[in-house]
Amino acid sequence: MSAFRRLVLRDLRLAFRQGGDAAMVVGFFVLTIVLFPFGVGPEPALLARIAAGILWVTALLAALLSLERLFQADWEDGSLEALALMPLPLEAQVLAKCLAHWLVTGLPLTLVAPLLGLLLHLEAAGYPVLVLSLLLGTPSLSLIGAIGAGLSLGARRGGVLLSLLVLPLYIPILIFGVAAVEASIGGFAARPHLLLLGAFLAGALPLAPLAAAAALRQALE
Amino acid sequence: MPNPSPSVPPLGFAGLGLACRRGERLVFAGLDFALPPGGALLLTGPNGSGKSSLLRLMAGLTRPEAGRLAWNGAPIADDPAAHRARLHFIGHQDALKPVLTVAETLAFWAGMRGGADVAAGLQRFRLAALAEWPCRLLSAGQRRRLALARCVASPAPLWLLDEPANGLDTEALADLLAAIAEHRAAGGAVALSTHAKLPLAAAEELSLAGFARRAA
Repeated sequence: MSAFRRLVLRDLRLAFRQGGDAAMVVGFFVLTIVLFPFGVGPEPALLARIAAGILWVTALLAALLSLERLFQADWEDGSLEALALMPLPLEAQVLAKCLAHWLVTGLPLTLVAPLLGLLLHLEAAGYPVLVLSLLLGTPSLSLIGAIGAGLSLGARRGGVLLSLLVLPLYIPILIFGVAAVEASIGGFAARPHLLLLGAFLAGALPLAPLAAAAALRQALE
Repeated sequence: MPNPSPSVPPLGFAGLGLACRRGERLVFAGLDFALPPGGALLLTGPNGSGKSSLLRLMAGLTRPEAGRLAWNGAPIADDPAAHRARLHFIGHQDALKPVLTVAETLAFWAGMRGGADVAAGLQRFRLAALAEWPCRLLSAGQRRRLALARCVASPAPLWLLDEPANGLDTEALADLLAAIAEHRAAGGAVALSTHAKLPLAAAEELSLAGFARRAA
């Protein structure tokens, strides 16, 4: 088994045994979205109008919630130091940890989003593009979040710092994610927006691990 | 520019004129060491004299403020990946996950370095009976033994051990000394920090107290 796969499997195993992160992220996502009909009123037309935005903003916040722990636990118990000295380059390890993070947060979010769309009276035409946009967008959330998680290691109140670092970088993903869904509902082509989300992912895949690994090395100095 | 002087031994691990800075403080300066294959280097000195800092420097986790490190005469800064592949670093933390079992932990760490002999690691530190225990149930000494077992479970020519004897009982200490002796007999080198006297055969002692004074 390659070291990359081994690290992914270990993070998945940790996530399932500890049970916390994935359940918490999906729970937060569901509960927050359920709050909206109470907050803005149950009018179907109003909810349908804002459904795409609510789903995307909440998915983004839910992903952010779990990012603080991405490297924190490994840093505290000395595993990060040991991992940094493994033959597998730290950049590849960051990628492996992002993949595991996406599998336990981004993927479940993508899968429950259509159900929550029903609750918000999202129009039928929006569902396929909603899933597709989340599928393309949430991996970028994990990757960009890893940079913030690395930079905020060791900082007091790292979670707040992480949000400040990462949320501005999430804005383009949010804009094109929501635009894709709205375009498909309005009868326009969603393809350009989805292509841009894909472009972000293609950029984040090589660049985010480089930046995050540099941040981790700094934290280990 | 430091010229490649003949004072770097051609074989093994060596450091020349090393200085280490932590924040504003120069921890030590002008430190030389040589660690031939099969050799052992005991780092001693009072708390804060830089034993852990020197080990982290040797591992490549931090860069020296001055001086250079060489393996078989070649600077380690030239090929950090090759250096990582040849060393085991056991820091003062044990790098265990409470929810993973002893065998899983060892299989993971050894597997990350390629070829794993988990059974040998468990055997050497008498952990075989605990193999299926989750790490959260281990005592401090058992945790330390599991961390040290990583060295045995996947071979590497250089061991860097930070206070390896911490929390070990006499039996486990004997296991550690035997593991080190076997490692050295096979041509491996070991550098370890200690505050207690360790009965290691033909070990060179490097006291950091003198270098700390020089830095101050």
